[in-house]
Amino acid sequence: MAGQTKGKISRVAGPVVTAEGISPRMYDVVLVGDLKLMGEVIKLVGDKVVIQVYEDTSGIRPGEEVVDTGAPLQVELGPGLLSSVYDGVQRPLPILRDKQGDFVSRGVAAPGLARTTKWKFTPTVKKGAEVQGGAIVGEVPEGNIVHKVLLPINVKGKVKSIQEGQFTVEEPVGELENGQKISMMQTWPVRQPRPYVDKLLPDIPLVTGQRVLDMLFPLAKGGTAAIPGGFGTGKTVTSQQLSKWSDAKIVVYVGCGERGNEMTEVLTTFPELEDPKTGLPLMGRTVLIANTSNMPVAAREASVYTGITIAEYYRDMGYDVSLMADSTSRWAEAMREISSRLEEMPGEEGYPAYLASRLSEFYGRCGRVKTHSGTTGSISVIGAVSPSGGDFSEPVTQNTLRIVKVFWALDSKLRERRHFPAINWLTSYSLYSPILEDWYRQNVAEDWNAVRLWAMETLQKESELQEIVQLVGSDALPEEQRLTLEVARMIREFFLQQSAYHPVDTYSPLKRQYEYMSAIKKFSEHAKKAISLEVPLEKVVSLPCRADLGKLKFEETIDEGMKTVVAAMEKQFAGLGV
Amino acid sequence: MAKEYHTISQIAGPLVFVEKTEPVGYGELVMISLPDGSTKRGQVLDTSDEIVVIQVFEGTGGIDKASGVKFLGETVKMPVSKDMLGRILSGSGEPLDKGPPIIPEKRLEIIGAAINPWARDNPQEFIQTGVSSIDGMNTLVRGQKLPIFSGSGLPHNDIALQIARQAKVLGEKEEFAVVFGAMGITSEEAQYFMKDFERTGALKRAVVFLNLADDPAIERLLTPRLALTTAEYLAFDLNTHVLVIWTDITNYCEALRQIGAAREEVPARRGYPGYMYTDLASMYERAGRIKGKKGSITQFPILSMPGDDITHPIPDLTGYITEGQIVASRELHRKGIFPPVAVERSLSRLMGQGIGPGRTREDHRAVSDQLYAAYAEGRDLRGLVAIVGKEALSERDRKFLDFADSFEDRFVRQDKDEDRTIEQTLDLGWELLSSLPVDSLTKIDRKIVEKYHPSMKKK
Ligand SMILES: Nc1ncnc2c1ncn2[C@@H]1O[C@H](COP(=O)(O)OP(=O)(O)OP(=O)(O)O)[C@@H](O)[C@H]1O
Ligand SMILES: [Mg+2]
Repeated sequence: MAGQTKGKISRVAGPVVTAEGISPRMYDVVLVGDLKLMGEVIKLVGDKVVIQVYEDTSGIRPGEEVVDTGAPLQVELGPGLLSSVYDGVQRPLPILRDKQGDFVSRGVAAPGLARTTKWKFTPTVKKGAEVQGGAIVGEVPEGNIVHKVLLPINVKGKVKSIQEGQFTVEEPVGELENGQKISMMQTWPVRQPRPYVDKLLPDIPLVTGQRVLDMLFPLAKGGTAAIPGGFGTGKTVTSQQLSKWSDAKIVVYVGCGERGNEMTEVLTTFPELEDPKTGLPLMGRTVLIANTSNMPVAAREASVYTGITIAEYYRDMGYDVSLMADSTSRWAEAMREISSRLEEMPGEEGYPAYLASRLSEFYGRCGRVKTHSGTTGSISVIGAVSPSGGDFSEPVTQNTLRIVKVFWALDSKLRERRHFPAINWLTSYSLYSPILEDWYRQNVAEDWNAVRLWAMETLQKESELQEIVQLVGSDALPEEQRLTLEVARMIREFFLQQSAYHPVDTYSPLKRQYEYMSAIKKFSEHAKKAISLEVPLEKVVSLPCRADLGKLKFEETIDEGMKTVVAAMEKQFAGLGV
Repeated sequence: MAKEYHTISQIAGPLVFVEKTEPVGYGELVMISLPDGSTKRGQVLDTSDEIVVIQVFEGTGGIDKASGVKFLGETVKMPVSKDMLGRILSGSGEPLDKGPPIIPEKRLEIIGAAINPWARDNPQEFIQTGVSSIDGMNTLVRGQKLPIFSGSGLPHNDIALQIARQAKVLGEKEEFAVVFGAMGITSEEAQYFMKDFERTGALKRAVVFLNLADDPAIERLLTPRLALTTAEYLAFDLNTHVLVIWTDITNYCEALRQIGAAREEVPARRGYPGYMYTDLASMYERAGRIKGKKGSITQFPILSMPGDDITHPIPDLTGYITEGQIVASRELHRKGIFPPVAVERSLSRLMGQGIGPGRTREDHRAVSDQLYAAYAEGRDLRGLVAIVGKEALSERDRKFLDFADSFEDRFVRQDKDEDRTIEQTLDLGWELLSSLPVDSLTKIDRKIVEKYHPSMKKK
């Protein structure tokens, strides 16, 4: 390849290698040593070139060759991304297994997109059309969607020829008058955001089917959310629930420095699950990036960029994409590890001083936008955060909270009590709620927000009353306050708790959520009236409709069941004189 | 023949710095000859044209600047063979028993490569340990890594041994092979394990690595890797199901911290290196199953939490890597309850895959959720009772309070050699739950309650 130059290694210290004799640009990819391990230039000092290497450097010696490829770290974009499983630098794991066996060894290159697969291309522009960079020139059926073939952003001109047919990603499907060939594949440097025309207000919710999220702390399409929590509090389960059930068209799941067995779980369950909206297999809308904790740390650092670049590419076609990064803390730690090997001046807890700016650059790449293809697309990012010691005051959590608009705070106390999802309803928040109000009013129910506020207030009151109960016991409270406690318990146990593992409970459509909470609210109103008529609270809470309401969520016929229970509730309260 | 250098420029803590070498590979194995004729082994941590930094496994005691340094041109390897079963080796892999030398069938890199996530098979075979608080509430499956978080003076070794003795996969005759890695434990503790292995005949199916408290700390960085390399060989070359028990992770991490300090690295929390997560993960992740292979590796690491503090970096980082944890409780231990498993703080994340119809029983998930919830509620009430007295509690609350006591006393508590089947465990759970009002069993499907509740099911 032209532009390649060669130099020599002068030092190897773990994943950081120093070389001399080449003069690459920052972030150029270099091939390191006789094994040609892939690495990226991360620092230039004098004639020394500092490289982070994406593979294990054992056995590499000073004096071995380094080759500057003259190109930055980039991903291949085109049909074939969906259903793929990649490592942090877009090498397909199934291909690596074919080439290397069950364990990941070194020095094997594998392109991100298969070169031999033929795709059915249908042009959407005609000969003679003027096309701008980023425009849609054709369509290819891929996975669950129609893949829009985009012109590379820096290419434009008049279409000279373009044809329908079966092509590989490299074969030209057409040509511009200026001689530019059009193919279905393009590349993009991962550390550079793909451009868009304009950012739009994120005023449509990303519906997740998770009651506590949709009802109390909603995320907007194009929004950002953080899920911090100590180990075992539910970050991964929540991220996976969102990648299964959220109404995004495309899901990019980045397993960044986490467990191998968790990726296996995704790989075994996703192909069997259906997208609740379309009924198509979930894998057909998903791209998985699996750089587990024992895979090279530099590739872990790159994995989130690989993921977000792929997300941007589908956004540019006009799709709603959601990206889960589990866990951004491992990414931050990868930065810390590399930074410490560079002997950079550390900031808080050893993290590099640029931690905050890297985080905001990353979250800055999401949003709802007007794209260069003339469409509207969005990227929502959900970042898991694994604070050391479960303490939210540490730097990664704090810097993330300064950026994101939704905070789903996982709570070890709730987890100990098996309240799942263990999202603390008092400390979590969503800054999108006001923007989304109209949407809920128009698309679910006129009084969605009233119901939501009522639930929040009841929970808030409960926490105030709990403080008194801790001192004097609940028997000392007046009936009406004890009713508040009972109703809050219903909200918590029936509504907020939602089992990811129960076939019915795992996903709850908005309409059902609304009806469920409304039924609890109605119960509360009737009960209040009953108490004012001097009916003892014990009698009210032991009405069969209360228990029935609780069991409802596990029943397959929940929607009809809801009507029956509400009707029964009216009757039972009528029996008490209400 | 590798060249011998006499160009040591500095010795600091466990590190030796050598100048003016020919190019040396990163991670290469090093042999150092001391003036007294003995040799020590080490590994290259940093290599450049000017200087090579070596970490010496057996400690730097006795090394002087005139000592000879040889670079062996390869990274650290472990000779393995099926004859290793039944053998006792040192923390650096030398035979300690009086048995014959091990004739290697293979020499394997001890820094195991990562299992390609695509090659992993889903861990889902239920391992019955016979311990209710584990089988019922924090189920272990084959291929899982589930540590015990313990504290000094707590009977974690007894728990580990009971599990090693009783662990079985229902319907299979084959027993687990045990790879036991000791890091910095006392020789009494080591003896305790060895005696039990001998008594039960497990030693024949075990490979033991011993780095004891008075062995060099740096060797501890080697011991678990040797143990895991052996385990991988047994599991994936010889198709064996392997249970790896290693203790004490805390001693391993201290050694890691020592290296970091000697290299003057910027520490993360409490002086531990920033790469401790990655380092621990490179070992814990060597558990699992591989598609198309018969063997498996299940890890049962033991870790003592300094000051019983679960937020200390060692248990904290471990908890972020392993698939749950069994937490030992000082409170239960004081009450005389064995095994003192703090059920509310323990967790098995792979439980969902190992339980349910066809694996354990259809009511398993619901029973366990309900037991947790009821126990948590009862425990909360204990706090309240301390303030307002039991009399102030409602009828319902009193039942939950009593439930928490009987849960600890009957479900958690069991004898050291009491091997309960999963049916016994679940039935015991129902028996305890039946003391609560039926309508408070909100975690259980109506149909399941009707089928299993002792006072409802058709006799
Ligand atoms: N919504 C849920 N429904 C049922 N169980 C849940 C739910 N959320 C979490 N859990 C339980 O909690 C366990 C731990 O959850 P998870 O693995 O998501 O934690 P995590 O926060 O990702 O932990 P780590 O930081 O260690 O990766 C799960 O294995 C499951 O048992
Ligand atoms: Mg997780």
